[in-house]
Amino acid sequence: MSVITVENISKQYIIDHQKGKGSNTLRDVISANFRQVFNGQKKQKDESKEEFWALRDVSFSIEQGDRVGIVGHNGAGKSTMLKILSKIIEPTTGSVRIRGRVASLLEVGTGFHPELTGRENIYLNGSLLGMSRSEIRKQFDEIVAFAGVEKFLDTPVKRYSSGMYVRLGFAISAHLDPEIMIVDEVLAVGDAEFQKKSLGKMRDNSASGRTIIFVSHNLTAVQALCNKTLYFEKGQLIEQGETNQVIASYLSKVSKTRLVRQWDTPQDAPGNDLVRVRRIEMTPEYQDDLTHIDVRTPMKLRFEFWNMMDHANLNLSLHLNSLTGECIFNIGTRSQAYGKGLIAGECTIPGYFLNDGSYTISVMIVKDTVTPLYTMEEGITFDVEDYREGIAWYGKWPGYVRPQFPFEMGMLEEATVK
Amino acid sequence: MRTHEVIIEPGRAERHYWRDLWRNRELMYILSMRDVSVRYKQTALGMAWGLIRPLTTMLIMVFVFSRIAKLPGDPGVPYPLMVLGGITVWTFFSTAFTQISNSVTMNANLVTKVYFPRLIMPISAVAVSFVDFLVSLVLFILLAIWYRFVPDWHLLFLPGFMLLAVLAAFAFGLFFAVVNVKFRDVGQLIPFLVQVGFYACPIAYSSRLVAGESYYKYYMLNPMVGIIDGFRWSLLGGEAYFNPKSLLTSVIIIVISLSLSLYFFRKRESTFVDDI
Repeated sequence: MSVITVENISKQYIIDHQKGKGSNTLRDVISANFRQVFNGQKKQKDESKEEFWALRDVSFSIEQGDRVGIVGHNGAGKSTMLKILSKIIEPTTGSVRIRGRVASLLEVGTGFHPELTGRENIYLNGSLLGMSRSEIRKQFDEIVAFAGVEKFLDTPVKRYSSGMYVRLGFAISAHLDPEIMIVDEVLAVGDAEFQKKSLGKMRDNSASGRTIIFVSHNLTAVQALCNKTLYFEKGQLIEQGETNQVIASYLSKVSKTRLVRQWDTPQDAPGNDLVRVRRIEMTPEYQDDLTHIDVRTPMKLRFEFWNMMDHANLNLSLHLNSLTGECIFNIGTRSQAYGKGLIAGECTIPGYFLNDGSYTISVMIVKDTVTPLYTMEEGITFDVEDYREGIAWYGKWPGYVRPQFPFEMGMLEEATVK
Repeated sequence: MRTHEVIIEPGRAERHYWRDLWRNRELMYILSMRDVSVRYKQTALGMAWGLIRPLTTMLIMVFVFSRIAKLPGDPGVPYPLMVLGGITVWTFFSTAFTQISNSVTMNANLVTKVYFPRLIMPISAVAVSFVDFLVSLVLFILLAIWYRFVPDWHLLFLPGFMLLAVLAAFAFGLFFAVVNVKFRDVGQLIPFLVQVGFYACPIAYSSRLVAGESYYKYYMLNPMVGIIDGFRWSLLGGEAYFNPKSLLTSVIIIVISLSLSLYFFRKRESTFVDDI
């Protein structure tokens, strides 16, 4: 029996491009309307306004007991979809039919007030999520124990550590008892142990026939939890089906990866009168039948450029940056004397080095080890996907690198049982 | 098992809106308690602020209007009592009005993250003004004892005028609450309106002074005039000036504005999340 039927849902927003100029104050609206009245003009089509479809003709249905993941890039419409299902925003067209009590968890600790104590916030948040006071009272001790905040119940939550805050927020929602649960990105928070506990709790819930809809950027968590997956892109539902299948095609389709750029003649190549780039290429050495880069994949970067100087001491300097622009590392070749011609450099990034994430590579051509001649910014962009084995934890692995240095443990001495 | 079915469609007026509102009364209560307990958190004087404000305002008004301007009060009523009576009901109204106007924007974090009938926000916002009102009323009682002033049967009408004041706060507050979502100008406007209202209403002076004037019929169009005069009349007895006609205007204006405001609020509430 399908518990959720979504038919042709669309959501339109009007973007006002003049917002920056402050046209959204009352004065402008009033004066605009006055002008209209006095000039007798019809309201002209405003050029500064643009229609934007956050969702376009989305239809799907969800069966009882399904655990459905929703994946897609930022702005793909995932959150809009969840908010429509949660009745928070109204669709522009289409209809949704939901059978069963819904609890939406779009945020950990919704409505928490920093000045209120943990105890007061449990009641506040619980009733916002649709629990009655008697239900909360019944589960109160369990919630507190799950969150592990017994000692701080009468402390204002503004004095909580961020970990405690998140644990308390999740603990409350984990004790909801709806038939359909809508969850947005809540596993992205909290420490490892707590995430494991939360995911376990969600699995137990679904085993008892509860339907779960789960949005996450964390594909590993989606794979672990969901049996079906919907893949959204630019407001449209591109694909739906078995989780593994959908995630594989998601990875191959939406990857921002740009692994090669090439210019055939120096005339249109980027650079200047001294040097021009001919080619930059990264070749992943895929293992097994993989078609995407994951944390195991070694990669080879090759960079070729034309040198137009007769005699110059040149070296290459490579910057690998995170998506947010932080430099993860910088590595250079030895400086060497070159004449006119085509020069190539090669660098190998081993597997089990970069953590999962998006990266860019910039290459700089340097003269006499001090003067940068030309920098090719973000020549290569690529994503490293997550891969884990034998680990029951699906949270975001912290850090920029994920090396496998030797790290062993063993028992020193058996305890003698008395 | 009882199946609970929900249909979501554009423009679909929630059929069970009022029932949902009733079902969420616990949430309403909890949000009210939140506002009340947060109001004086981390202040050294706490609830005492509820006393200090009306008391100082009263003293200044008495000094300016009675001592300096030498305005006559109502016969047989001590001027400070008359002023404090006015301040009490005005503060109640203006706090409720301000809270309601800000209720939706103040709860923006909830609007974007959970669904509940949006009217819960303005309704629970009123609680704070009740608390301040009670404190101010205690002050009035103390002052009445000081002046050995004993209220009479008129006091029975007090709850009625209180109710009117709440309805007036909703009638105007709901409208501004909706406008506030899109235009934060309201945040600037409200304190200004409250300040103007303080002098435009018979608070620091008696309506008796205006009653003979040619513009009295326009003065009465202010719906708060009837409420304030009536409130004072029930506290201070027959000596306080009260024109039943002004009450009639109040009721008519409040009923009309409240219906329009409610309609406007219900009409717009589904778009709050898009504009906030």
